[in-house]
Amino acid sequence: MEKSLNWREFVITRLIKASGYSAILFVALIFFFLVREGIPTFKEVEASSLLNIRWYPIEGHFGILPLITGSLIVTIGAGLVAVPFGIGTAVYISEIAPRWMREILKPLVELLGGLPSVVLGFLGFLVLSPFLRVFLDLPTGLTALAGSLLLGGIAVPTVVSVAEDALDAVPRAYREGAWALGATRWQTIWRVTFPAARSGVLTAVMLGVGRAIGETMTVMMVTGNAPVLAVKLGSLFSPVRTMTATIAAEMGEVANGSTHYHVLFFIGMVLFLISLGVNIAASSVVFRAKKRAERILS
Amino acid sequence: MNRFIPLAITLLVLVFTVSCGPASSSAEAASDSSAAYIENKGSDTIVNLALAWAEKYQSDHPEIRISVTGGGSGTGIASLINGTVDLANASRKIKDEEIDEAKSNGIEAVEHIIARDAIAVIVSPENPVNELTLKQISDIYSGKISNWSEVGGEDRPIVRLSRETNSGTHVYFLETVLRLSSKEDKTLFSMDTLLLPSSEGIIAEVRQNPNAIGYDGLGYVPKDLKTIAIAEEEGGAYVLPSIPTVNDKSYPIARDLYMYTDGEPTGILKEYLDWILAPEAQQIVAELGFVPALLTPSPSP
Amino acid sequence: MKGALPINRHVAQRVGFTAITLMAFATVLPIVAVVIYILIQGLPAISLEFLTGFPHDGMRAGGILPAIIGTIYLTVGTAIFSVPLGIAAAIYLSEYASDTPLTRTIRIAIINLAGIPSVVYGLFGLGLFVLFLNFGTSILAASLTLSIMTLPVIISTAEESLRSVPQAFRTVSISLGATRWQTIRRIVLKEALPGILTGVILGLERAAGETAPILFTGAAFFLPRLPHTPFDATMALPYHLFVISTQVPEMPIQIQYGTALVLLVFVLTMNLIATVIRSRARAKRQW
Repeated sequence: MEKSLNWREFVITRLIKASGYSAILFVALIFFFLVREGIPTFKEVEASSLLNIRWYPIEGHFGILPLITGSLIVTIGAGLVAVPFGIGTAVYISEIAPRWMREILKPLVELLGGLPSVVLGFLGFLVLSPFLRVFLDLPTGLTALAGSLLLGGIAVPTVVSVAEDALDAVPRAYREGAWALGATRWQTIWRVTFPAARSGVLTAVMLGVGRAIGETMTVMMVTGNAPVLAVKLGSLFSPVRTMTATIAAEMGEVANGSTHYHVLFFIGMVLFLISLGVNIAASSVVFRAKKRAERILS
Repeated sequence: MNRFIPLAITLLVLVFTVSCGPASSSAEAASDSSAAYIENKGSDTIVNLALAWAEKYQSDHPEIRISVTGGGSGTGIASLINGTVDLANASRKIKDEEIDEAKSNGIEAVEHIIARDAIAVIVSPENPVNELTLKQISDIYSGKISNWSEVGGEDRPIVRLSRETNSGTHVYFLETVLRLSSKEDKTLFSMDTLLLPSSEGIIAEVRQNPNAIGYDGLGYVPKDLKTIAIAEEEGGAYVLPSIPTVNDKSYPIARDLYMYTDGEPTGILKEYLDWILAPEAQQIVAELGFVPALLTPSPSP
Repeated sequence: MKGALPINRHVAQRVGFTAITLMAFATVLPIVAVVIYILIQGLPAISLEFLTGFPHDGMRAGGILPAIIGTIYLTVGTAIFSVPLGIAAAIYLSEYASDTPLTRTIRIAIINLAGIPSVVYGLFGLGLFVLFLNFGTSILAASLTLSIMTLPVIISTAEESLRSVPQAFRTVSISLGATRWQTIRRIVLKEALPGILTGVILGLERAAGETAPILFTGAAFFLPRLPHTPFDATMALPYHLFVISTQVPEMPIQIQYGTALVLLVFVLTMNLIATVIRSRARAKRQW
């Protein structure tokens, strides 16, 4: 009896340990596959031609620069939407709203995070782009702007929940100290609480941006998918083509092992590395902030 | 918590029963283990026609199951090369490189012309322009002409809409219109051409945007959109696309629609293809706005 | 000096609070508007036939049953793979792991998995499950792809849940002679279950609504019958909505909105269940 119990415990513990390591396994596996299918690009395409400004794969033009700028401009636009609204909402929920309002708002924001991207894309091209075209007098409403607005909406719940946690985590003593010194609640929020939660809020923004850069269906349905080099401010009001939409739109047609196939995996690799970079930056911010806090408290 | 587990299990069992039990469609009633399966994939231009055919054929032959998927001509041909599909739909001819690649996989692509299609160039009903020459359309799409006033319309910027590069329609338009069928011509679409992932995207945008110009198979153009009459040459007659003008070749941009198989088809695949080329199926072709293959004695490749 | 005139400070606060409040409502209002709009536009399409019938007439009429069933299959499939693995990994991180570089690497890996774009998961699923392991375009390949995508959500919420169980529970159990695993299974896990369940449901909700990962791994445009084995491809609600709103000509707009509504209801119901579980657990909590 004793022996079988120990043996079961042993096996289960081993399984649990293995599960723990599985996350690393999957990340490595994903990276491995992306690299395995993406690296052959360099055997078949001139590395410098990847930096061309024309993307027309069926005729051998593999310039990914327009795709990168497309993703960038939509993401930056999304950030401009998600950051103020996300942080503002987080501040409202955590510092200003009465308790009953919090209980309503928090689930509502979470709901936004659950809306499928294809539904938002669907409404986007049925309702949002025509509206933008008429309202802003543009040639077409299928633009980076439409994508940014929707992506901002998708990123907001991430920003709100992480930022709100960060603001919540600021010890009450900070606020009370400020009030005791005569500061108004408003002044306290912006001069005391917010700076104290700064690293958490930064993490929230980075995670939200990470979410935006990775969106696929929504951008594929509303940004027009034109592979233009988006480097001017006005590009926000023109159609663009993102890396994610390119993969989704073209992956189905490629023959296994063709050059186009490899280039698409290469783009996937680029996306993976970008999100890796953002995440490492985000966690190092938190890490460094923790160390600073430890120094202060000790 | 423990109360929920039996509830969840009951729900799951219900779901599986619904799915495995007799469903409302009569085609489902046949025993599936003995059903023969045909996988049909490819061109988004052909997909709705293929679906209509599949539905009719299955209702007459309940022991056959046909699954239909889109994805573009490129997708269908790629699947044929990978050996994952029985019937590849393509709105463009298979390329030489693709034939070679198929051969290296042991696949021999055999072509069947199953219908014909006119490419309609469409604009918003609010657009005053009614006619264009082929060259004008080529210049519009390559970026040389950017304002409607240059072709007799209002002073509005031209918003160019196109299908995605994996679409056979796109490739056909590139070769026949942009490059005016010249093999040496290397003209490309203007970089700011919107590449929409589907026909409906183009239709929806053209319908409500007076600046837009688009193109697609005639079978996809609803009645409320304006089709441009096209003259092959400057000074020639402007012709609207229709079954007669495609058949007498007066409409300049019309093409064959293909299905490719691995080798000559046998068994149920052969029966299906024979049925497709028979009058009953070709009637469906006409109903959907395409041009029946049988009426034109088009030369086989 | 800002603080010198008390009136200025309070006016600033009034203005500031109003602005922030407006901002918060501006964020939330569109959500409500979207749901209500789809509800209004889609409700006319909903009928028993719509929910239980097969599509007819080139999918322009009839029902969307295969898409609904397909999504259910995919969600269940995702749960089968991601839930046990995710909870086990969370147990490891919460109960067994110490703060070593290895553990920190695991955490970074989890954050990274969470950040990978959904279409990259689709590529990965295509490369590994569909092609390399030769599962083909199948429910199996799609579920596996979706489960790896769902894993980080389940692991982080489950871990947080486990961690929130007071240490006292564990120490008492050990002091009574239970082994570590017995403690986890009978005490910690049971207490953390509502939180874990919430995380699981939220993770599955996301998997149910995703299109990109299933695009090349399992989704089909039209299938004449329901999938019978995990190796069959399947229709699915998000992909179906994408297809009928973009690929099929003359698709009645009502059916599009109806499909969007069904997907929305599916997803929001899961959200609701998760929220209810969480608040009820919080109320019942004894610590």
